[in-house]
Amino acid sequence: MVSINGKQVAVDGCSLQAYLEQEGFSKEHIAVELNGQIIPRSCYAQVKLKADDKLEIVRFVGGG
Amino acid sequence: MAQTEQLILGGHTFSSRFILGSGKYNVNLIKAAVENAGAQIVTLALRRAEAGKCENILDFIPKGITVLPNTSGARTAEEAVRIAHLSREVGCGDFVKIEIMQDTKYLLPDNTETIKATTTLAKEGFVVLPYMYPDLYAARALKAAGAAAIMPLAAPIGTNQGLATKTFIQILIDEIDLPIIVDAGIGRPSQACEAMEMGAAAIMANTAIATAGNLPLMAKAFRLAIEAGRAAYLSGLGKVRETASASSPLTGFLGN
Repeated sequence: MVSINGKQVAVDGCSLQAYLEQEGFSKEHIAVELNGQIIPRSCYAQVKLKADDKLEIVRFVGGG
Repeated sequence: MAQTEQLILGGHTFSSRFILGSGKYNVNLIKAAVENAGAQIVTLALRRAEAGKCENILDFIPKGITVLPNTSGARTAEEAVRIAHLSREVGCGDFVKIEIMQDTKYLLPDNTETIKATTTLAKEGFVVLPYMYPDLYAARALKAAGAAAIMPLAAPIGTNQGLATKTFIQILIDEIDLPIIVDAGIGRPSQACEAMEMGAAAIMANTAIATAGNLPLMAKAFRLAIEAGRAAYLSGLGKVRETASASSPLTGFLGN
């Protein structure tokens, strides 16, 4: 199981790029942190999610 | 502080002295607010993304606007640095507003952690705008740490109380050679005008506009107030006196 934004998801072995596309995330609007490291957009296809990985996918919202 | 018509932050030049917060908004009104405010800088927050949601706030902000991500949610310098890195990774530039709070009741910023985060992020090339509690020593430390401006609070966020910290903001304006951008707690255009008359470099406001009855009109009112205050400051304000000084001549009165 992979922790994605705090939730346990069974996507072990899935590429990060494939996961983001499948979930409808727009690459230009997000940033991704895997196990505390920021993953550059150009590397999404090369990264494979594995058990116990911790993924944070963030984007901008309104704020003051 | 040098008198320039343009606001200069980290080498970037702006003609507007009004920074708009985008929180609490109906997204469809953001464009009108930005245009009526004449704002060139808009703050955003960074939060977890939700799958499948197509609507993104960046789609509602007019082209050419400088995005100022804040580090809201950070309780420590380390968390603020993490948020700043992720914000920069989204790809909207190098500006960051440091907001570090542990207390949620008053949302007062932690100056100590803010100085630490400023030190780290300024070294990494960010244009750092730290939100802080108006303390002269902290402001000096922030300047030494490489801040591009100082953002002292007028009153707690979202309270519309106005310039509760007026005396201490004036001290920063008088003593710190950096743009002083009054942020948080301003509830009325007249308060924004007053801060600009004091010599503030710019105003940031969010709640007062976002929760107004007529949002675009309030954005315009703030813009006019900020322009008026700046013009008044540059004109040289008259002295405040204890006793009267006649406006009409004291000679040549009509006889009986």
